[in-house]
Amino acid sequence: MSADPSIPPAALSGEVSLPEKLADVEPVRSVRTPIRLEYDFIPGSASSGYLNAFADRKILGQQSPVDGAVFVPPRGVDPRHGAATPEYVELPDTGHVGGFCVTRLPIPGRDDLEIPYVSAWIHLDGADIGFLGLVAGIDTSEVRMGMRVRAVWKPDDELGRTAENILYWEPTGEPDIPVTAAGTNAWHAKQAAAGEQG
Amino acid sequence: MVSLAEDVAIVAFEQTPSHAHFNDSEPAMIMPCVNSVIEQVGMDRHDIDFTIAGSCDYLSGMPFAFVMNIDAVGAWPPVYESHVEMDGAWALFEGFVRLQSGDIDTVLVSGSGKCSPGSYREGFSLQTDPYVHAPIGLDPRTQAGFQAQALIAAGKATERDFAEVVARSHANAKDNPYAQLSGDLSVDELLAEPYLQQPLRRLDCPPTSDGAAAMVIARADKARELCDNPVWIRAIDHRIDSHHPTLRDLTDSPSARIAADRVGLHDGPVDIAELTVTYSPEEIILRDALGLNGETSVNPSGGPLTGSPFMAVGLTRVIELARAIRNGDGGRGVAHASSGPALQQNLLCVLEGDG
Repeated sequence: MSADPSIPPAALSGEVSLPEKLADVEPVRSVRTPIRLEYDFIPGSASSGYLNAFADRKILGQQSPVDGAVFVPPRGVDPRHGAATPEYVELPDTGHVGGFCVTRLPIPGRDDLEIPYVSAWIHLDGADIGFLGLVAGIDTSEVRMGMRVRAVWKPDDELGRTAENILYWEPTGEPDIPVTAAGTNAWHAKQAAAGEQG
Repeated sequence: MVSLAEDVAIVAFEQTPSHAHFNDSEPAMIMPCVNSVIEQVGMDRHDIDFTIAGSCDYLSGMPFAFVMNIDAVGAWPPVYESHVEMDGAWALFEGFVRLQSGDIDTVLVSGSGKCSPGSYREGFSLQTDPYVHAPIGLDPRTQAGFQAQALIAAGKATERDFAEVVARSHANAKDNPYAQLSGDLSVDELLAEPYLQQPLRRLDCPPTSDGAAAMVIARADKARELCDNPVWIRAIDHRIDSHHPTLRDLTDSPSARIAADRVGLHDGPVDIAELTVTYSPEEIILRDALGLNGETSVNPSGGPLTGSPFMAVGLTRVIELARAIRNGDGGRGVAHASSGPALQQNLLCVLEGDG
């Protein structure tokens, strides 16, 4: 037998009665609880290498020791094989849009973002996965999968050890990558080709 | 005897040392453990049937941090995977129960935690009771202090008893390469130390630790195929008391007592007990609740007082016991894990050698 969900439990529907000694006490309707916790965050060696390189306008990936696949940002491990990826690879600051989304709502704390904005999976030339970036310098209606882009960096004197050094990605004007070879499609095509060879 | 649908054995295990501070990411800490157990069984990682991990996002301070840890397992192509926001010993429990269905053969179990980046005392009160206990700062060590005080008030233990637990744990850890603390300490020296939180002194409490542990468990036929010396999980059970310290007798552990009965702890000899004694008074309560006498070697590894990577420490007790049984230090024993403050929740796992 299951309870009828439209009937509230007795505890909520009945009169609340208090013992006499609590009659004049103000009921607790809400509590504030401290939720601030402080951490000494350890990004780990892979992320540290990645973030440090940004100060020199460099984007580092890591290469799988198993089949050479390049991951960016690097996480120190090839998640397909549980294999450590100690080898860094320097990647160019050019690539293409593998997928994107036009957002028309503001993000709390990012008043600098003009609405609407485009967030996209940027597939760098030479990388096998995409990473997230903003696309600007083009009308949002003209952004498309396969569009070639390059990074727009902060001025040299504002560079820090952070991915925020890249302000956004702008179109290069080069011909598009065909959609069938863009983004994760490129990855799947590569895997299929490797499977045929194997 | 406990009746099982399927016999299950531990076929491979690995643990990291208990680090005061592991200076890399949590996946980097877990990965060598996982790779070691997979290598021990000689399987392709994608042939493992089920994968389960135990960890706590509050420790790393990142939402969904446990998802990042999957990198260390190697989860592409996608694997059949689960996670408990609990010590890895509860991941073992789920893996064991999963094998009882009889349709799969192998489970990869792991547990990991880095206590060093944040304040686990604050994190744990938020995790276990953010509404009533966290606002008044009722952290696990304070609750352990209540428990210690209650033991003294009831005449069940003295501060000297606590110090004896500490001295023996540290002496035992001298032979344990994974221990963070070890050495010869005299009870009188320990009692001369200042209080940290009366009646607890610094070494009555665990060190801050980072660490990980992993194991592979398998159904009987597969276990014999994968290794020469499986360690059998004869029974596993966990029980929980009320989370509110005033709703239970802090000098006893009814949940551990019931679990001991359910696993048939005294149906055979108990040569070794690896207990999650996070605070020294807990050993006195657990010895009583589990009915342990002088014939049982308690925490020959040194236990959590000598290294306590939360979320791995309970699974590590199972590993320490399995290793001792493989080494021939005993034929049968019990591993214990706890969760929640002041031994609120207790898991027991009875292991037996292949003899």
